[in-house]
Amino acid sequence: MRRLFSYVIVALLASVPLWLGDPYILNAFITTGIFTIAAMSLNLLLGYTGQLSLGHVAFFGIGAYVSALTSLGFDVELFEGFHVVHEPWPVVYGFLLAIVFAGLCGYLVGKLSFRVRGAYFVIVTISFAEVVRLVALNWVELTQGPLALTSIPPFTLGLPGLGYVNLYGKAGNYYLVLGVGLVAYIVIKHLVQSRIGRAMIALKENESLAVSIGINVTAYLMLAAVVSAAIAGAAGSIYAHYLRIIDPDIFLFLYTVTMVIMVITGGKGTLAGPVVGGAIFGAIPVIVRSFAAPEVQWILYGAFMIAIIFVLPQGIVPAIERWFPRGPIKQPRVASQSAASVE
Amino acid sequence: MTGAPALTIEHVAVHFGGLVAIADMNFVVNEGELLSLIGPNGAGKTTAFNVITGFLKPSAGEVRYRGTSLNGLKPHQVASLGLVRTFQRTSVFRAHSVFDNVLTGLHLSGRSTLLDTLLRLPRERQSERELRETTWDILHLVGIGKHAHEQAGSLPYGDQRLLGVALALAAKPSMLLLDEPVSGMNASETGRFMRLLGKLRERGMTILLVEHDMPMVMGVSDRIVVLNYGRIIAEGEPAAIRENPEVIRAYLGQAGAKRAAHA
Amino acid sequence: MAEFLQHIANTLILGGTYALLGIGLTLIFGIMRVVNFTHGELYTFGAYFVFLVISVLGLNFLLALPVAIIAGLLLGALIELLLLRPMRDADIDTTMLVMIGAMIVMQNSEQLVWGGVAKSVSTPFPETPLVMGPVSVSYLRAFVLLMALLLIVATYILINRTKLGKAMRATFQDRDTASLMGVNVRAIYTATFAIGSSLAAAAGALLGPAYVISPHMGDIASLKAFAIVILGGLGNVTGATIGGFILALAEELGAGYVSSGYRDAMGFLIIIAVLLIKPTGLFARAERIG
Repeated sequence: MRRLFSYVIVALLASVPLWLGDPYILNAFITTGIFTIAAMSLNLLLGYTGQLSLGHVAFFGIGAYVSALTSLGFDVELFEGFHVVHEPWPVVYGFLLAIVFAGLCGYLVGKLSFRVRGAYFVIVTISFAEVVRLVALNWVELTQGPLALTSIPPFTLGLPGLGYVNLYGKAGNYYLVLGVGLVAYIVIKHLVQSRIGRAMIALKENESLAVSIGINVTAYLMLAAVVSAAIAGAAGSIYAHYLRIIDPDIFLFLYTVTMVIMVITGGKGTLAGPVVGGAIFGAIPVIVRSFAAPEVQWILYGAFMIAIIFVLPQGIVPAIERWFPRGPIKQPRVASQSAASVE
Repeated sequence: MTGAPALTIEHVAVHFGGLVAIADMNFVVNEGELLSLIGPNGAGKTTAFNVITGFLKPSAGEVRYRGTSLNGLKPHQVASLGLVRTFQRTSVFRAHSVFDNVLTGLHLSGRSTLLDTLLRLPRERQSERELRETTWDILHLVGIGKHAHEQAGSLPYGDQRLLGVALALAAKPSMLLLDEPVSGMNASETGRFMRLLGKLRERGMTILLVEHDMPMVMGVSDRIVVLNYGRIIAEGEPAAIRENPEVIRAYLGQAGAKRAAHA
Repeated sequence: MAEFLQHIANTLILGGTYALLGIGLTLIFGIMRVVNFTHGELYTFGAYFVFLVISVLGLNFLLALPVAIIAGLLLGALIELLLLRPMRDADIDTTMLVMIGAMIVMQNSEQLVWGGVAKSVSTPFPETPLVMGPVSVSYLRAFVLLMALLLIVATYILINRTKLGKAMRATFQDRDTASLMGVNVRAIYTATFAIGSSLAAAAGALLGPAYVISPHMGDIASLKAFAIVILGGLGNVTGATIGGFILALAEELGAGYVSSGYRDAMGFLIIIAVLLIKPTGLFARAERIG
């Protein structure tokens, strides 16, 4: 039943560009989709492993810049007379490098941040993101600073021999986002529904107990950090090649907040949560724009988040799941059932 | 090989600043035996557990399991060597179902790699099937199969403690360290637990038990070791320990010991 | 050398207001264990309030600061009562998220009301600066330093010499014991949040006129406040005071001798460095406040 529901949703989403005429709304779908992918990755860290990392936008932004710079090329002078020059590469390489680089940053930040816990962890993660933003703002030679990186080439998909397509238009990017989103969703699903996922959830719930049964907490925290950063980097890359212009504002705390809101209101620790949250918070600006200033959109974001936390602290999806509970776990037919028990 | 030393604790000491939690602890647990560690409150029993299982670094001394030194190992590494402990208080994942608790506990038995997991390759699917079957086996062994779908935190107390043991068993230990497993249990729950202990011993499990319930300790133990003020003050079979004046004095104090001697 | 002395002068002025910001947060963070994201918004509020009082209502400049402090007290109490008190039993993550939500609402409300263009406030002080040898300081900034020091001293007296301060210190040490000894912990929490918020508002009221006022100034202020608290140790008012000056010094020297663009980065670098090297803060006397 659930599976059928998912297929219907995906089919519906796939059909959107075919009948949606309004380019503004289609754009909203695309950017919302990109942020939803980033939210899904944050959910891995926040919802499943229980680490409130508030610097997540750093990986998103790093992915965007790495991808853009790879495809644009650059020439920087690191010190006296020593230049690092990079010729433009096809966008696909930018995408892959974005994933790798963001994942690496996730590893480094994780290694340093997981030494502290609780509130301090939150503050350290925010600080990292802010430092990255300031570097992007000030290292003008590499990033053009506030003047922004422009003329970023669009995504190019294709295979040698079959031809290439440049995704300048909205429809193409929409399907790209949908495709990458589905892949990200499936990868995360496989991860959290596996033995590894169980280890992550266990360490969130009770760390001492988890280590006592052999779960290497540090290793799994790092894994979650790397995978979530890598996926965020992928989303950032798509963003850069869709907008074709990025500036250091991409690292604003505001965007981390957007992702956090999507995850928390949708339901942290659930697969559908970020998607539901993404849909709601993507819809708000579209609905609001016709009658109110953009600030109102954010005020509604904040108020809505507070309301959800007070009323449905677990988020929307768990509340819905309580009305449609899963069936009991099926027991395999084992003859020794009654014989071996002490009951 | 029953009879050979499994766990050796040699000159272990634990100091917290100026406070001496354990002064000089020496004892051995042999393969296949059930050794109970008893002593008055504050004697250092849980500290000993924490040191053995890697939750606490000793200030001195060495702990060896089957020849491998445990010094400096992290708790998860100790567990993967076959030494698994239970906890006095939160011994289960309260928000998980009973089934999921044990399934999570089977962590060390998983056979698939990260790539297998991300792509859900056949090896991962096969491994998951096996883990689920083993989960049922363990649940039935311990006797809580009928609660499989219930939330662990909502189980009756005795069943929760049994689940705690099931969770530890899932980690495939060759030695179990049970930290006051029957504290708070009524007579029938304790009885069920003792039967489970019996079954585990039939399978050759080495057990180190910390308990206050004297009748139970006297009933199940091969040997007993008595800890007081961070030192082992007596060691031997239950009958001998019961009569040992040092032990009586430790539990009842000087006056009590005199009274017991004149009884 | 002259340049260095100028930096020192700037440090003192900036440090005083930073200290207020930091003390306010260390009280809230220390006593209530709340990661108060609205702290920066109270700072912004203080600045806009002064703007309102002077430029719109046309009141006396000297009146602006005390009124801003009172407004900060009230706003802080309101936030505590509406948002934090009902969340008393929630975990730290949830409370943090509520604070973030409140921050968004406050910041965007300010933007909606005042617009995004930076505002500046006219002050009654002469334009020409006070020159003392190689150092020049505007009268306004000298005033700012004076008021900041006064407020710091006032806070000290409050914490160390009043009954309220004693109750706050007791709650910081051990909330349950304090409660058993008759301290109304819930009221202390409201008072703490209100006082901490009023100090942030005061900092904003002092610095706003000295620079410019914009809706986003709170973001950076919040993080700098956290840097100061981490430097000084949680709940440690002396530490926060010294931390405020240290941060100001780092910023001044960084901006002067490295690059002005990275001025704001100093705070974050301090946070990262301290938390990774000595997580309990440079002045680890975290057993008591004051």
